[in-house]
Parts: sequence; C-alpha cells; structure tokens
Amino acid sequence: MTKSIKLDFNRRDFIKTVGATSLLLSGNAYAHGKKPPIGHVVVIGGGYAGTTAAKYIRMWSANNIAVTVIEQSSQFVSCPLSNLVLGGSKSINDLTFGYDAVQKNYDINWVQDTVTGINADAKKVTMKRGNISYDRLIVAPGVDFNYDALPNLQSKSAQEQVPHAWKAGWQTVNLRKQLEGMPDGGVFVLAVPKTPYRCPPGPYERACQVASYFKTHKPKSKIIVLDANPEIASKKELFSKVWAKAYKGIIDYRPNNEIIEVDLASKTVITDFEKVKADVLNIIPAQTAGKPVKMADLLEHDYPWCEVDFLSYESKRVPNIHVIGDSVASGLPKSAHMATSQARVCASAIVELMHGRFPDPAPAFSNTCYSFVDGKRAMHVANVYRYDAGKKIMASEQGGGVSASSSEQEGKYANAWAINIWSDVLT
Amino acid sequence: MKLTSLTAPLKKPGFIATISLACLLSYSAHAAEIGANNQQKKIHTRTLAASCAACHGTQGNSHSITPVLAGLDATYFSMQMHAFKTMSRSSMVMHHHAKGLTDNEIEQLSHYFSQQKRISTPSPVAQTWEANHD
Repeated sequence: MTKSIKLDFNRRDFIKTVGATSLLLSGNAYAHGKKPPIGHVVVIGGGYAGTTAAKYIRMWSANNIAVTVIEQSSQFVSCPLSNLVLGGSKSINDLTFGYDAVQKNYDINWVQDTVTGINADAKKVTMKRGNISYDRLIVAPGVDFNYDALPNLQSKSAQEQVPHAWKAGWQTVNLRKQLEGMPDGGVFVLAVPKTPYRCPPGPYERACQVASYFKTHKPKSKIIVLDANPEIASKKELFSKVWAKAYKGIIDYRPNNEIIEVDLASKTVITDFEKVKADVLNIIPAQTAGKPVKMADLLEHDYPWCEVDFLSYESKRVPNIHVIGDSVASGLPKSAHMATSQARVCASAIVELMHGRFPDPAPAFSNTCYSFVDGKRAMHVANVYRYDAGKKIMASEQGGGVSASSSEQEGKYANAWAINIWSDVLT
Repeated sequence: MKLTSLTAPLKKPGFIATISLACLLSYSAHAAEIGANNQQKKIHTRTLAASCAACHGTQGNSHSITPVLAGLDATYFSMQMHAFKTMSRSSMVMHHHAKGLTDNEIEQLSHYFSQQKRISTPSPVAQTWEANHD
C-alpha cells in the first residue's frame, strides 16, 4: 500500500483526479483480498503526535482504518535531547531517524509533501502536488513561530543570524556552530518567551547545556537569560539549585525581561529595562498553533491555540477534524510525551467512533519530562492527568512532582526514555 | 424483539414460559450495558497503558534499562504499583505515576500487561541528518 500511494510526478495527475478512496483500493491490503477499510484518516504532521496517532489507529483498528500521513520532511529530528547538541554531548545525527519502519510495520500511507489548503466541507486536503480526501482529519503540525513583535527577525537570513533553535535540525546545528565560533569571554544571550510555549523547561535546560559547554571549553564566557516570565517556568527549584552550584558565575538569570527590539547588526537586544549586547544571540520567539490549523479555520478569534474536546481531540469549531500535540489549548505542558498521550486518546476515540461506539468518557494518561543539566545528569517532572467531566479539561492528579535533585541515574533514565519513545513512535 | 425468536433455539419452552418479556428485555439491556462497560474499560486501559510506552516501550516491551512490563505477573505488578503508591518501595520516578492511578486502574493495568507477549521490539536506527534549511 505504501508504494502505491506515494505521490510522485508520474502519478501526479492520476492522484489529482481520483482522490484518496481509489488510491486506497489500489493498495496492497485490498489487492491481497482483504476486506476494504471502513474509513480513511489523514494525519497532517509526522512528529511525535501525528506519527503516534497514525500507528495506534492502525494497531487498534486491526488495520480496518486506512491511514495516510502527510509530512514535509524526509526525516524525523527529535526536539527532545536537541539541547544536548548545543552542550556537545550529542550530535544531530544521534537524534535523526527515518520513517520507513513505522510506515512499513503498520502499513501506513506516507506522503512527503506540504499542505497548502484544507477544505472541511469537502473533507479534502490540498498539497503542493495533489489532494487527498478523508473521513476524519488529524492536524498535528507542532508550533509556528510568531515574530510579529520583532519584525526585523521575520526573514530567513535574520533567523540565520539570530536562531531560535526551537525546532530541531538546521536551527540547532547553526546555533551550535555559533557557540563553537564564539571567542572565550563572549556573552550568550538567551531570550525566553511568555508561556505557553513548546517544552516549558527547555530554555532552562538550554542554559544548563551551554553553561556546561562554556565551563569546559570557554570558561571566561557568560550566559544572560532574559525571561519574559516572572520566574523560571518549570522545575524552578531544581534549575535554581544547579545554576547556583554547578554554574555559579556563568548563568545570569533576569526575569520579567521581555525583548521589545533587536538590533541585528550589533546583536543588541532592548527590553523595558535594559540594553544587552550579545556575541551569540538566541531568541526563542512567541509561538502559535502550526500553519495547517489556520488553513482549516480552527482558531477562535485571536487565540493562538486550538480548543478541542478532550475525549476525542476533535476541534470545537470544525467537525471531523482533530488536533493533537503542541497546537492544542490544553493548559498542560507542551511536551513530546504529552503529544503522544494525546495522540493515543485521539486514536482510540477515532477507532471507537468509526466503529459506531462511544469513546472513553474519562481518559487518563501520564507525562514524564526529563531535563539534562549537563551531558550526564538529568531530572524529571512526572504527572498523571485525568479528564474532569465537570470542567471538561484534563486535570493534573495528586501525587505527581519533580525529582529530589538531578542525578546520573536519572540521566540514564532520560536516555532510556528517549530510546523507548523513539521506538514507540518510529517502529 | 420477538420472544419466539429467542425461545426457538433454546428448546426449553417450560422454562422460557416463566420468563416474562419484560425480564428478557431488561436482561438484554443489562447485557448491552455490561458489554459497553467492558468495552469502555478495555479502551480506557489500553490508552492508559500505552502512555507508559514513552519509558516502557510499545505494549510494555521496553528497551535499555527500563523494566519490561509485557508478560509480567499481574499480582507482582499490582504489588509493586501499590508499593510505589504508598512509598513503601522507594523510587525516583514511579511514585509520581502510581499515586495518580486509582486502585481499579492498577488492577486493570496489571491484567493488561500480564496479557502482553514479551517480544524483542526493534530500536529505531539513527541516521545521518540531511541538511535542509527548515
């Protein structure tokens, strides 16, 4: 099935005319005499959320539901652990994987293309090279970056000079190169946006990673963290402890310090309170739900995240379109584990709905998020979340919490977490 | 629903005659409810169990140093989870999860994981990153 649905230029016109259903009939499952699928789910985005949803729909429907994933990249590059590339203990090649295994093992139709439009009435997704029909659509595009407040950072070349490195890949490699090229005694300025943003402890983990690199290789260098938030947004006590002990004199943390202007030429940032000059400048901009969300008109007024029904992750605005992962307005941490947990609740609900049954009325799931404080030591925050039928939200259960302190043992657990989540998502 | 269609295959007219139609209907509604409840329990547990996969692998078949849950004895699983919950067994992470689960969920999870086949699952193989300017 995989090969037959792949879009290529020879088949382009064919796909444009016949749409998804006919394509599915040409797949291996049908050719081998198996019964045709009861429906077709299209997933936009092959990140942690989208790929997990695709796999679990295939698994839990016993292959009765056909699934097509549309992803623009040919490779999966993990955001979790990508701060370690900046610290130097991991390479980007350690975090890069192919989609072949999950695609083949679960007979998922995989289309490498960019979505250009979504027609919810016609239940059709348009891509650069054709279009495809769905019975249900899952939108899992991750975050989009919003540079409205910093207009001179809008261009690609500006983002090359001042990377965000908040999507693993070229941006990460670029920032690492800038850090390597920075002279000893230089200043690294890291700007943190207001919450909610992807990976709440991520900026503070990044400060640790860069500090760890400086401590060994550029001991005269400094880090200034300009945080738009009033305090460290996640694992506060733990990060404060590490900064005061392991990185004393290296990390200078300045809360309530939102950037209002950037002078690119001199790499100088201006906040309400001060002017800070950087040798390497890393601005993590404000974030919104990914572009396909806007194409399907899933946002309410100017609110940048999607409102969903937490029993199925179906959009509150548009029927038969589900949203999972970082684009969701959940009030919960935008983490990879959370994205996969949401993906499975969504997958389970879609399987039930397409079989004419009710979804779980009270889903529960867990989230574990590790942060590395150097190349070896890590710490976690872990919680169980449960549907609150009165408030119609996923609420945090009692008993969750953070590590007592960072440790090498937790570093080993964090690496095991990565191997297991990659294995679950990608094989 | 016709009574005859239900009695015919049973061939026990004397017994059936004593059961009222109302009774049968209520039994059938009750059975449907139990069926629906069982299905909901099943899907609640499979989704909850799957959220353990980030550390314990798909269906409890983990890689690396995380314990394998697939095929684990249900009583043992349940005892350990209750020990994490009450903190009579010390842990770095698991008490944060166990405390958030109901006793019923622990029982359901213990049954679920005991039923999973212990298999060797593949690890994804890292590959060379192909530079693109996304």
